[in-house]
Amino acid sequence: MSVVDLSTTLGNAWFPAPTFTASGCASSGRELAQFFNLRDMGGVVTKSVMMKARTGRPTPRMAETPSGMLNSIGLQGPGIDAFIAKDIPYLLEQKARIIVSIAGETVEEYSTLARKLRSVSGISAIEVNISCPNVENRGLVFACDPEASRRVIDGVRRTIGGELPIIAKLSPDVTDLVSIARGVVEAGADALALINTVLGMVINIDTMRPHLGGKTGGLSGPAIRPIAVRAVYQVHAAMPQIPILGMGGISSGRDALEMIAAGASGVSIGTASFGNPTAIMTIQNELKELLAEKGFTSLRQVIGYAHRPESE
Amino acid sequence: MVGLIMSSINKNAAQIRASVVSNKRVGQYHQLIINIGDLAGVCKPGNFVAINVGGENSRMVLRRAFAISRVSVSATFGGTMELIVAPHGQGSKWLCQQNEGAVLDVVVPLGKAFGIPTEPVQVLLVGGGYGSAPLFGLAETLNTRGCRVDMLLGASTASKIYAPMEGKRAVNSLRIYTEDGSMGQRGRVTEPISELIKDLNIAVIYSCGPMAMLSAIDEITRGTDVVHQCAVEESMACGIGICMTCVLPVADESGNVSMLRSCIDGPVMDGSFVQWDKVGKAL
Repeated sequence: MSVVDLSTTLGNAWFPAPTFTASGCASSGRELAQFFNLRDMGGVVTKSVMMKARTGRPTPRMAETPSGMLNSIGLQGPGIDAFIAKDIPYLLEQKARIIVSIAGETVEEYSTLARKLRSVSGISAIEVNISCPNVENRGLVFACDPEASRRVIDGVRRTIGGELPIIAKLSPDVTDLVSIARGVVEAGADALALINTVLGMVINIDTMRPHLGGKTGGLSGPAIRPIAVRAVYQVHAAMPQIPILGMGGISSGRDALEMIAAGASGVSIGTASFGNPTAIMTIQNELKELLAEKGFTSLRQVIGYAHRPESE
Repeated sequence: MVGLIMSSINKNAAQIRASVVSNKRVGQYHQLIINIGDLAGVCKPGNFVAINVGGENSRMVLRRAFAISRVSVSATFGGTMELIVAPHGQGSKWLCQQNEGAVLDVVVPLGKAFGIPTEPVQVLLVGGGYGSAPLFGLAETLNTRGCRVDMLLGASTASKIYAPMEGKRAVNSLRIYTEDGSMGQRGRVTEPISELIKDLNIAVIYSCGPMAMLSAIDEITRGTDVVHQCAVEESMACGIGICMTCVLPVADESGNVSMLRSCIDGPVMDGSFVQWDKVGKAL
């Protein structure tokens, strides 16, 4: 088999492979490390961390749906200080490349988190998860509000300066994704993560009430893959120079290739890891084989390939 | 036991392709024997497995967790594990249709095992429905440590009682309770526990079954010296600690309650630390 260069970049961060965990789908990384070396994939995107420890939502937190699942975790986590003290050193020790995902309830909280991370060495990039309710605006999700999205990214950009790439993670539950993407890029995002889960609900027909403790949940898995491919394609068409971390139901090398052709520079794998702890490595190997089969020598040749002119 | 938590995945856990040695119907359940090779040697009573279901193009994307009821090493099949599966949902129905020779994608062993006393003490095993399955393997282990093992099994009706003949050898006494009175005594399995604790001088209760049963046992043992080791049941998406869906509110020794993963910090937990009244509620 010919050698395929799988390396990719997100802003100024370089990764030897385009495969990442999806935020909230790898816990601290210790569990997946039982099954493969974390350094062998592109990088670990950590669970979104907030200022304080959070216990999250009550159970049931999960419902399997056709080719997917709903989750309602509520950003359970240890808080930024414990995260920096325990989780980052572990991942560095594993020689994993780290993208730290942050989440806040106010514009200020995001900036404060960025300040805490500024002095931590060994981080490749920061993912800003703006799919959180804004407590200062009646709980409206930041990512659904163009102005609030922009202010969050602007605050993070000002705090961390120009070194660490900022990846803004957007929600697909909006009318005009491209305009929100443009807003956060103008505010200083170097890259975009598309897509977060799609809001959904399951009603338990025994209790005749919403099944999840949090009532609504985020839909993930192959059920949302075409939505994700569409979102990545549209945003890449509008801003081809902005790298995208694509995700949503990727479970095979074929799915990863589809997302990359739509315009993603890298892919995150979440729900597939729940069904198969070695999914990320399988996907990476399948992607490499597929690229070789199709005669490509590097991943970069394929990024946005579906957008090429008719004549090519 | 649960107070000082070192949250980490079972260090023996591995993902393997494992073939079905046999699949037999036992009452309302299926007994599956699966070849897991050398991993049988590191499985302990209380551990569980996570199995991919539905085949390659399935619309079921999540792994299913099953308690290991027993492991054995034989000259013919090598190391095998036994699962007792109730064909309730789509995933378990699919598993119950897998016959001899079928190859499964299995992650084994997972979770914390039952703690075994270092001294030969009196123990009581309480099982609800097919939750009794792992208790027979546990009884054998306890027997080898010189513990006197008494067992109570309960279910709504006779066909939901799982009590294999060979399993009974390891127990000193076995009492069965059914809510409809179709087998054993009519009533709930928790009814005689208080009395048995006194009469038999029980030091440890091991339980496995529905959450309501575990919580009822906790109420009985609260304020006593009896240690209650229970195998909890909460729906899981991954079984390996990455999805954060199977959590339960558990207190530490200083009383701080946090949501612990039943796949990593359980399924066996010290019942006195589980905050039964807060299960399913926001903290």
